[in-house]
Amino acid sequence: MAVGDQTHARNDARALAIEARGLVKRFDGTLAVGGVDISVPEGAIYGILGPNGAGKTTTLRMLLGIIDPDEGVRRVFGHDRPHDIAREIGYLPEERGLYPSMKAIEAIAFMGALRGLSLEEGRVRGRELLERHDLGHAAEKQIRQLSKGMAQTVQLLGTLVHQPRLVVLDEPFSGLDAINQGKLERMIRALADDGVTVIFSTHVIHHAERLCEGVAIIAGGKVPYAGSVEAARDRIPAQVRLETRARSGAWMEALPKDTRHEGDFFMFPLPDSGIEPLLRQLIEGEAGILSLSIERAGLHDAFVHIAGEAAARALEEESAADLAGERR
Amino acid sequence: MSETMHAKARLSRLQAAWVVARRDFVAVLFSRAFFFFLLGPLFPVIVGGLAGGIGGQVQREAMSFEVAVAMSEADNAAMLAAQERLRPQLGRSLPLLVELDRAAMGDGFDPQQFLAEKRGNFAAIVTGNLSEPIVTGTPGQVGRWQGGVALLAAKAAEANPSALPQVTAQLVSTSTAAVRTDRIRTAQAAQMMLFLLTMLLAGMVLSNLVEEKANKIIEILAAAIPMDAVFLGKLFAMLAVSLVGISVWGAIGYGLWAIGGEAITGVTGFDPANLPTPAVGWPMFALLGLLYFAMAYLLLGALFLTIGAMAATVREVQTLSMPVTMMQLMVFFLAAYTITQPGSGIELFAIAFPLSSPFAMLARAALQETMWVHAAALAWQGLMVMLIVKGGSTLFRKRVMKSGGAGRDKPKRRLFGLAKG
Repeated sequence: MAVGDQTHARNDARALAIEARGLVKRFDGTLAVGGVDISVPEGAIYGILGPNGAGKTTTLRMLLGIIDPDEGVRRVFGHDRPHDIAREIGYLPEERGLYPSMKAIEAIAFMGALRGLSLEEGRVRGRELLERHDLGHAAEKQIRQLSKGMAQTVQLLGTLVHQPRLVVLDEPFSGLDAINQGKLERMIRALADDGVTVIFSTHVIHHAERLCEGVAIIAGGKVPYAGSVEAARDRIPAQVRLETRARSGAWMEALPKDTRHEGDFFMFPLPDSGIEPLLRQLIEGEAGILSLSIERAGLHDAFVHIAGEAAARALEEESAADLAGERR
Repeated sequence: MSETMHAKARLSRLQAAWVVARRDFVAVLFSRAFFFFLLGPLFPVIVGGLAGGIGGQVQREAMSFEVAVAMSEADNAAMLAAQERLRPQLGRSLPLLVELDRAAMGDGFDPQQFLAEKRGNFAAIVTGNLSEPIVTGTPGQVGRWQGGVALLAAKAAEANPSALPQVTAQLVSTSTAAVRTDRIRTAQAAQMMLFLLTMLLAGMVLSNLVEEKANKIIEILAAAIPMDAVFLGKLFAMLAVSLVGISVWGAIGYGLWAIGGEAITGVTGFDPANLPTPAVGWPMFALLGLLYFAMAYLLLGALFLTIGAMAATVREVQTLSMPVTMMQLMVFFLAAYTITQPGSGIELFAIAFPLSSPFAMLARAALQETMWVHAAALAWQGLMVMLIVKGGSTLFRKRVMKSGGAGRDKPKRRLFGLAKG
């Protein structure tokens, strides 16, 4: 079990929507996922964060019962077999797909029917959802007649039409422009406000940082961290940013050994003893403090710290590629 | 969240299969592709009709339509002379008369026995006299030549006849051996029909699943319902579509027959009324034909589905389905071969082997009256359908829903992967 996961589970008294222990999956002898531990409390927004090929989709597929793990156990709302509670789950795969000749309203009703909703009820709810998302005019249009963004929204509404208690989204922001990403973020928050558990995978740290209360950082099929975003950020001590009038002096001996000099600033981790003793020494040594700030580490720093530079670089490259794609 | 909504946490397998089947059935039935699919068999029918017409013509040219005359010597001569006079005008609508040497046959000449013993190659034998000719032969041949014989007899009796004589029909009762020979023809025809329909329609299942993968719906289905329910739903939807297709073709065929059946018989020489009755009788044979078609379709469809599920592209589907198609051809040949080997080890093998079983059993229905074997065979075939569906869906879950680094590390193995990071 990842350390953060223990902390997260201990601090949260809510029942678990998802619980996975030691999930392992191999494809043709090659390890795709090597021991995933995740605990997602009910009503939480939870992110699975990692670069492409890290094992995010495989992990989600195991959690949903699309594939079975070679080792380990998973429980969704306490059930070992996720198909047994299919009506409680909504899933949006990364590879978006709908029948091109189907009307939008029928596509939503069909996805509801797969989860146990009658077609009639699915149509009624589908129409309501489309209206609510300003797509009422598209209800009778065939999917092939819709724009890519509209079709993606239709599929997302199909994922939600049966009012699931758990929504699993695989790279939901991928391929969306900034406006639609914002809309999706609002939808996710609204779902959580209604008590729905949302778990999504992403390779964009900002989405996870803005939305999630818990994350699993996954790299190379392993989960080095799973727990709250706060705990992840706490893995890295806060950084002190100091600017002084004096360039040298005895006061410099008070600075920690790993202090970096960046331009006019001294950068160093916040000492365990806190800032006050250091501040006293700087004042007594007449350093001439121009500015001093304590900056808490972001999720990006935590990711670098936890998953390593290579994984972080891959993540940044994919985010940049996404951004370039959106601009195109 | 509504109470009723979550009263049951999941659909049963049958309910799930029904959801998939309903969608597929409606989608296929109301697609343009289905319309063209319905037109599909017209081309082989037209080509077959033309080829059959030509073949029938050739056959008629080559076949002996000789009718023996075994009347008195004088009547024989008069009949032949009448034929000489009428044949230039009426051509092949008249039989080609051949005088039978009655003297050589002795006094007790029996035309029925003569035909039953297959002595000579005559379509029928004319005995009696000019005013009361008797035509002996099978019902088909007697029906065909009765009029011509009457005309020849009238012309032979007087130069300008005012009325045709009454021709007496004397039918040849066929032997047991002949019945079996005839039923073999029925069995062969039924097997061929079953094979053509199965091959024509099973491809639909394959293209349906390929389309599903192209549309990327398959993961949504796999996440919501068990994969074997997806397979079953697709199979039964396509079976229902194929039955609609067969009904449409059947109705069109019946309509065409009602309008121009005689003309078709005249051109092709094929008359369904002359088809030998199968051992179990026509109604039961038709029912068994339907059931064995369903089984043959489901068995082949389940195999194709498994292949379609594992392949990522249309090209891969074609590559992978080729061996199955060839194997199906071989099992058809096997089943066809065993028609003449009832009770042999090879026939039992053909019955037991799932893919050839429907073909072999349909032939049995044509040849043998025993009914319980069909119930057992249908149960066996149904079981095999379920096993293939289960195996295919398991394989799908194990091999197809791959993602992550595994697929990227081993590009050669991505044949079976959805190729995702």
